[in-house]
Amino acid sequence: MKPFTTLTGIAAPLPKANVDTDQIIPARFLKTIQRTGLGRHLFANFRFREDGSENPDFVLNQEPYRKAEILVAFENFGCGSSREHAPWALLDFGIRCVIAPDFADIFHNNSFKNGILPVKLPREVCEKLMEDARMGGNARLSVDLERQVVVRPNGEEIPFEVDAFRRHCLLNGLDDIGQTLEHKDSIDSYETRQRASQPWLFA
Amino acid sequence: MAEARPRTLFDKIWDHHVVETLPDGTALLYIDRHLVHEVTSPQAFEGLRAAGRPVRRPDATVAVVDHNIATDATRRTGITDPESRLQVETLERNVVEFGVPYIPLLDARQGIVHVIGPELGLSLPGMTIVCGDSHTSTHGALGALAFGIGTSEVEHVLATQTLLQKPAKNMRVTVDGTLPLGCTAKDIVLAIIGKIGTAGGTGHVIEFAGEAIRALDMAGRMTICNMSIEAGARAGMVAPDETTFEYVRGKPHAPQGEALERAVAWWRSLPSDPGAVFDKEVTLRAEEILPMVSWGTSPEDVLPITGTVPDPSSFADEARQAQVKRMLDYMGLQAGQKLTDLKVDVVFIGSCTNSRIEDMRIAADIARGRKVADGVRAMVVPGSGLVKQQAEAEGLDQVFKEAGFEWREAGCSMCLGMNPDKLTPGQRCASTSNRNFEGRQGPGGRTHLLSPAMAAAAALAGHLADVREWQPR
Ligand code: SF4
Repeated sequence: MKPFTTLTGIAAPLPKANVDTDQIIPARFLKTIQRTGLGRHLFANFRFREDGSENPDFVLNQEPYRKAEILVAFENFGCGSSREHAPWALLDFGIRCVIAPDFADIFHNNSFKNGILPVKLPREVCEKLMEDARMGGNARLSVDLERQVVVRPNGEEIPFEVDAFRRHCLLNGLDDIGQTLEHKDSIDSYETRQRASQPWLFA
Repeated sequence: MAEARPRTLFDKIWDHHVVETLPDGTALLYIDRHLVHEVTSPQAFEGLRAAGRPVRRPDATVAVVDHNIATDATRRTGITDPESRLQVETLERNVVEFGVPYIPLLDARQGIVHVIGPELGLSLPGMTIVCGDSHTSTHGALGALAFGIGTSEVEHVLATQTLLQKPAKNMRVTVDGTLPLGCTAKDIVLAIIGKIGTAGGTGHVIEFAGEAIRALDMAGRMTICNMSIEAGARAGMVAPDETTFEYVRGKPHAPQGEALERAVAWWRSLPSDPGAVFDKEVTLRAEEILPMVSWGTSPEDVLPITGTVPDPSSFADEARQAQVKRMLDYMGLQAGQKLTDLKVDVVFIGSCTNSRIEDMRIAADIARGRKVADGVRAMVVPGSGLVKQQAEAEGLDQVFKEAGFEWREAGCSMCLGMNPDKLTPGQRCASTSNRNFEGRQGPGGRTHLLSPAMAAAAALAGHLADVREWQPR
C-alpha cells in the first residue's frame, strides 16, 4: 500500500448525501478479475449516458476534475453493500481522500484498508471546502495527515481527527497484511512449534 | 499447561491456532489449509503481485476450478462465456506464477472445492480451514474449524497464513433419537433451519451433537455442516469420532502410519469437555423429523412433504405476511396447495451439499428399475471426478441413465446460475442444493430444496413426492 503523508491536489465537489456503493460502482461491473481497472466504471451511472457516451454535466467529466485526487461530499458517504469494489474504483480513478461529514462504517473501514483517507469534518466546513472545490484548478486543497490538517487555498488550516492506529498505518503504508507481517516472528515460531508437534500438517 | 475451564470443540481448535492476541482482543489465527477457486481469488493474487509478496505456504494451499465450468462434454472444448473463461484462465496463470498446487479441470480429482477437500484428505480434524466461499463450513464435519472469507482475507491468508479474527460464540444443536424411514441428514438440517431461522446461528459457531448426528456417516455430517451458513452461523462442526478417523484413514493427503496414530491421539482430545458452556442451545428429536421440502425463497421456509402451501394470512405480523405473499407469487404457488401436487420441470441432484458417493447411492437405489416422469429433466452431477469414477465402478451411472437421468461431469452446475446449467424463468426445480433465493439457479427459476432421496422421488413422480412411497424396490 502506498504511504499517505501529504496530498495536494484538485478536489472534486460532489454535493450529495448518501452516495452509496452502487452509485460508486454499479453491481454489473463486479464480475472482474482485477482491483485495478475499475476506475473507468467509477460513478458509471452518472458519468455515462445510456448510449455509453460521457455525460458532460457530471463533475468528473469536466476539466480539471478528470484529475481529481480528493472528493468532497456530504453525509453518509459509502453506504450500501460491503463490497470492496467501491474503494478499489475510487483509488483506481486516482482519488486518495474523501472529505465528508460522515461515512458508512464498512466503507470507512475498507477505505483505510485500501489506502484511502476518509476525512470527517462538520457539514459547515464541508460546505466551505465544497466552495473551494468549485474553483477548480485555481484552488488546490492540501491534506496533511502528519499534522492532521486540511489546508484551504486561502491558507486557512482546518484540523481533523483520525484514529491513531489508522493514521500510523496510512503514514507508513501498512495495509492489514503489512501489519500482520510485523508479527512475522510470532508466525514463524508458531509454525516451528507446529512442524514439530503436528508434522502431518506440513506434508 | 493445565486448563481449568471446560472447553468446547470450537474453543480447543481456536486456542490451538492463536498465534498472538492483539491488544483489542483480535486474534491472529493460524490457518492450516487454504482452498482457492476461480471466482474469489483473482484480486487476491493481483494484490500479492502488486505488493511483490509471495504465497507464504503454497504447500498448505490448493486451487481448483468449480463454479464457472460446464458439466457436459463441452468442458473438453473450452468455456464459451468470456468472463467465466477469463476467471478460469486467470487462476491457471496465478497458480503457476505463485507455485500453488492446482487441480486442473480435466484431472480426475477435479470437483467442487468442498467435496474434494475431505475426499483427498486435504481437510482434516483439528485444522483451521478457509476458502473464499461461504460453504467452507462443510469441512467442519471432520471436526475442523472451517469458514468462508472475503477476497481481502484470501490475500491476507495467501501472504501470511493467518487471519485477524474475533472469536465467535458457541452454540450447540443436539439431535437425539433415531431418524425415521425416508429421512436423511438433509431433512435434519432443513428441520433445524426451519426451527431456528436463517439468523438463528448469527455470531455463533454451531456444534452439531446428539445420537442422530453421531449415527450419520461423514457425507451426512458434511450435508449438515454445509448448511450451517443458511442458519446464519459462522461455521458448523461435528466432534471427531471413530467414524471420522475411519473416513480419514487412507485418504491421499492424510497422515499415515505413525503420523496418523499421533494425529488421532490429538484428535481424540478435541471433543467438547463435559460441562463446557454453550452460549446458546437448541434440541430436536430425530423421531419428529419428516422428509422436508422448502416452499419459499429462504431456506427457513420449509415444511414436511405432507404439508400444504401456507396461507400468508396465517402469519402473525404484517411484514411477514407481505413477504410470504411475495414469495408465493415468485414461486407460482397458491395457499393451500398440497406440496405433493407441485409439478417439477427439473430435478437437480448435486452441489456441495449432496453430491458425494453416499448421496449418489441413495438416489440410485430409489431410481433403480424406474423411469423419470415424462417432461421432467433430471440431472445427476457428481461432486468430483472421483465420486463419478466410484459411482461408475458401482454401476450407478447405468442405473441413472436407464431411468432417464442425465449423468454429468463434476462441478457446481445448477446450484448457481453462473455456468451453462441454469433454470429458465418460471421453471420449477427439485434441488439438493442449499440456497433457494430468487434467481439462484437462473433468473426466474423456482427452487425447492430437498434431500437426494426426495429429489429422486420427485423425478420419478413428476411432482414433489413423499419418498416413503418411493422406497427402493
Ligand atoms: S456447489 Fe453451490 S454452494 Fe457449493 S460451492 Fe458450488 S456454488 Fe457454492
